Amino acid sequence: MAILEVNNLGKSFGTTEVLKDISFSLEKGESLAIIGSSGSGKTTLLRCLNFLETPDQGTIRVGDEIIFDANRTSVVSNAELRKNRLHFGLVFQNFNLFPQYTAFRNVTLAGELLAQERPDFKANKKTILEEIQQRGRDLLASVGLSAKADNYPHQLSGGQQQRVAIARALALNPDILCFDEPTSALDPELTGEVLSVIRSLASEKTTMIIVTHEMGFARQVADNVLFMDKGIVIEYGSPADVIDHPQHERTKRFLENYTNA
Amino acid sequence: MQEIIKVLFSGFGENLRIFILTLAMAIPLGLIITFGSMTKFKPVRWLTRTFVWIIRGTPLMLQLFVVLYAPGLLFGIPMRDRLVATLVAFVINYAAYFSEIYRGGIESIPRGQYEAGAVLGMTRRQVFFKVVLLQVIKRIVPSMGNEVITLVKDTALARVIGVAEIIMVAERYTKQGLIGPLFSTGLYFLLFNGILTLLLGRIERKMDYFRV
Repeated sequence: MAILEVNNLGKSFGTTEVLKDISFSLEKGESLAIIGSSGSGKTTLLRCLNFLETPDQGTIRVGDEIIFDANRTSVVSNAELRKNRLHFGLVFQNFNLFPQYTAFRNVTLAGELLAQERPDFKANKKTILEEIQQRGRDLLASVGLSAKADNYPHQLSGGQQQRVAIARALALNPDILCFDEPTSALDPELTGEVLSVIRSLASEKTTMIIVTHEMGFARQVADNVLFMDKGIVIEYGSPADVIDHPQHERTKRFLENYTNA
Repeated sequence: MQEIIKVLFSGFGENLRIFILTLAMAIPLGLIITFGSMTKFKPVRWLTRTFVWIIRGTPLMLQLFVVLYAPGLLFGIPMRDRLVATLVAFVINYAAYFSEIYRGGIESIPRGQYEAGAVLGMTRRQVFFKVVLLQVIKRIVPSMGNEVITLVKDTALARVIGVAEIIMVAERYTKQGLIGPLFSTGLYFLLFNGILTLLLGRIERKMDYFRV
């Protein structure tokens, strides 16, 4: 069974329909690239999955749990909302690291706050915190930033900041890790280091949804590609199908801009 | 000479008392007003912003008179303690100013900071206290410093409702033909504000380790 199933998702801002009838599913360990021009609704889709926006229509299922159903009338409590959010991790286009904390603290903070809610926290405080910190160190090592653990965000390059942000998103073990144009705010010479981190996550079979403009990267890394235009899914399939042999006129027109990719 | 210095010192003690007590109460009260002026519940927001407009739009001197006389003349409960009247007026006035500084600081924090906290499963409370607050403090320290220094000088206004602060006691010497004491009161303000400026600079440097 797919780990994520999105059905008929819709979202409007005022009278503008940003997402129309979006459906797709994602297998565990799969990486899905979402491509499309700006304003096509890619980012809004990710924001809906992370509940930074509330969809107007449709359902979202993670595992065997329907975590969102627009037809459900009961109000979702804040606690439930937080729990649902934790299925997903989100890496932002402009990193959004917390400036007053070191790289290490950026990675461990949320985990520590969350651990305080565990019933056994008081009894096992030391072990729990030690585990979180060990995980933080491991994650920073895995993105190649062990040496920068004690640096503050402003002391890091954009690429390094984004790698910390990836480690931070992974710290809570999300079922699905989402990337919102993770290299768009970076100088070209810094995109490589971020892409290679994502590439190694893909090889470790991390379940991911990557909104990206890096067509070459999408072709190499993604198991499937979804092309969106004006809020609807135009084409979905393997990179070989969608990127190399697009069927739809709109996909072809979009990809013409990337012929060098 | 020594006598004069002693009198001026005790007068300035009154200024300091007003200063410290006002600051201690206006800083937290300002935060409550900020929440009122930022709430999604429109009647409260409208009411709070009107209140802030009135307080910021009228002279502090007038507010002092209102607080001193209104309880007695309107409700038959005369305000007997002039220091209390001064504090009530000052705290309300400065809390209104502080609340606008806080609001500006809070609104200047990028939405991405709130969103980053939210997607990491933090509660709104945690996002505010663990993520946003220190960034807000860093941003508002310079403007708060301005207000704090203005407050030191504004304490002299308390004399208009008869609080024996330093300028009021110094002015008495002019009747003996002495202008020196009155002039020298400026030194007390200068010196104290000098200390405050150093202190504020220290606070700013303490937060130099990060950028917002």
